[in-house]
Amino acid sequence: MALITCENLAVGYDSKVIAKNINFSVNKGDYVCVIGENGTGKSTLIKTILGIKKQLSGSISFGDGLSKGDIGYLPQQTDAQKDFPAAVKEVVISAFCGKKGVFAFYSKKEKAAAKINMEKMGIGHLANKKYSTLSGGQQQRVLLARALCAADKILMLDEPVTGLDPKAADDMYETIKKLNNEGITIIMISHDTEKSLNFASHVLYIGKNTFFGSTEDYVKIKENKMV
Amino acid sequence: MIYVFEKIVSYMEYPFVRYAFVVGVLIALCASLMGVTLVLKRFSFIGDGLSHVAFGAMGIASVINLSGNMPFVLIVTAICAVILLKGGQNIKINADAAIAMVSVGALAVGYMVLNVFSASANVSGDVCTTLFGSTSILTLKKGDVLLCVVLSAAVIVLFLLLYNRIFAVTFDESFAKSAGLNVELYNLIIAVITSVIIVLAMKLVGSLLITALIIFPAVSSMRLFNSFKAVTVCAAVISVCCAAVGILISVVGGTPVGATIVIMNIIIFFVFSAADVVLRSVGR
Repeated sequence: MALITCENLAVGYDSKVIAKNINFSVNKGDYVCVIGENGTGKSTLIKTILGIKKQLSGSISFGDGLSKGDIGYLPQQTDAQKDFPAAVKEVVISAFCGKKGVFAFYSKKEKAAAKINMEKMGIGHLANKKYSTLSGGQQQRVLLARALCAADKILMLDEPVTGLDPKAADDMYETIKKLNNEGITIIMISHDTEKSLNFASHVLYIGKNTFFGSTEDYVKIKENKMV
Repeated sequence: MIYVFEKIVSYMEYPFVRYAFVVGVLIALCASLMGVTLVLKRFSFIGDGLSHVAFGAMGIASVINLSGNMPFVLIVTAICAVILLKGGQNIKINADAAIAMVSVGALAVGYMVLNVFSASANVSGDVCTTLFGSTSILTLKKGDVLLCVVLSAAVIVLFLLLYNRIFAVTFDESFAKSAGLNVELYNLIIAVITSVIIVLAMKLVGSLLITALIIFPAVSSMRLFNSFKAVTVCAAVISVCCAAVGILISVVGGTPVGATIVIMNIIIFFVFSAADVVLRSVGR
């Protein structure tokens, strides 16, 4: 059964539709690359699936025991984060902010999980450093570690390589591919179509004509149009 | 020096000085705790706007002769806090302009009401007291003190319990929402706590100077510290020390309480900024 299935989904804000007729399903282990021009609703789609924004019509269903809270999310960075005084470990452990009852202190188990994921992303030695003073690539690794804490089955990444230099971007792609090889399902928004298609198993194109299918099919269609 | 110390000890024998001291320190502590979040959320001016609303509400309350006007002022301020915070996400009226409008609007209404309807013989004295706090902290009654202590304690306990969630909401609302946190609820809680602090702090420093109490400790400690926890703890320490020293100076020297505390905060800000520059130049 598919992890996530969207049928005739329309997304947007304030009841204004930006993208509609979105149909796709994501299976365990897939690597879906979401592409499309600016302003076509890629981020809005992801936020809608995560429940941050209300869906306007259509349906989103979760299968395989997945629920909204099980999705790890890597959002785009905000302006406020540029001078925010937060240590790396504080950012990573905030992944568990939604999981507790009234008494909001993190358990030993959660602290251990945060540590494991920091090591996994190669940022363990930066745990006490200020997040905003790190390089772009390091910052994305921090956010990736946080996303992994929140969920280890499926990740949704909103332009994880934006603003990174080519080397850091390549590293990021490798890291994401490695996670995918470990069995984590990836849904990634990307502007860098050329590079990201090397890694993706499926493509979701959001635009006038929405497309969803395997990467090979997408490449074929695109080539035919060129001819 | 010994003379000053003796003078302080002798003043401390008066209950009203002790009340002022306890209340002042507690309010300063509360203000600094929320200050870090408000500054980082870019809500500094909401605090300022709300303090003017509290002034307007205070004016109306004193004219219609509400006995114990604090609950009334608190409710009005809390409602405005919620509206302003909601407006931050709604772009129909520019949030910046909305805050300015509410802020000066409330100030005008408050002053007008006090002037036209007040039965008091000394209107400008009343207005000055509400705006700058002046000596009102030394005229606190036991009931006021109790209310202040209870509300401050509630704010501090709530802040400690929600600390991790407040961090998550402040650092990254989108992520917090995706992790299942009710972000709207926490923004609402932040707004209500802020209005409680503002209404409390009106007694201490007056409505024009409250923003200083909220912002200065946070910004000062951000100059030197790298983690949210360290910044919060340091802001609390700065704020408590400034309030304590400020109140003592004003009692001994006869200076206005609010202004003295704020000037202490300004001095600390410059000291911390200088320390930051020095540490940077030696390469930390």
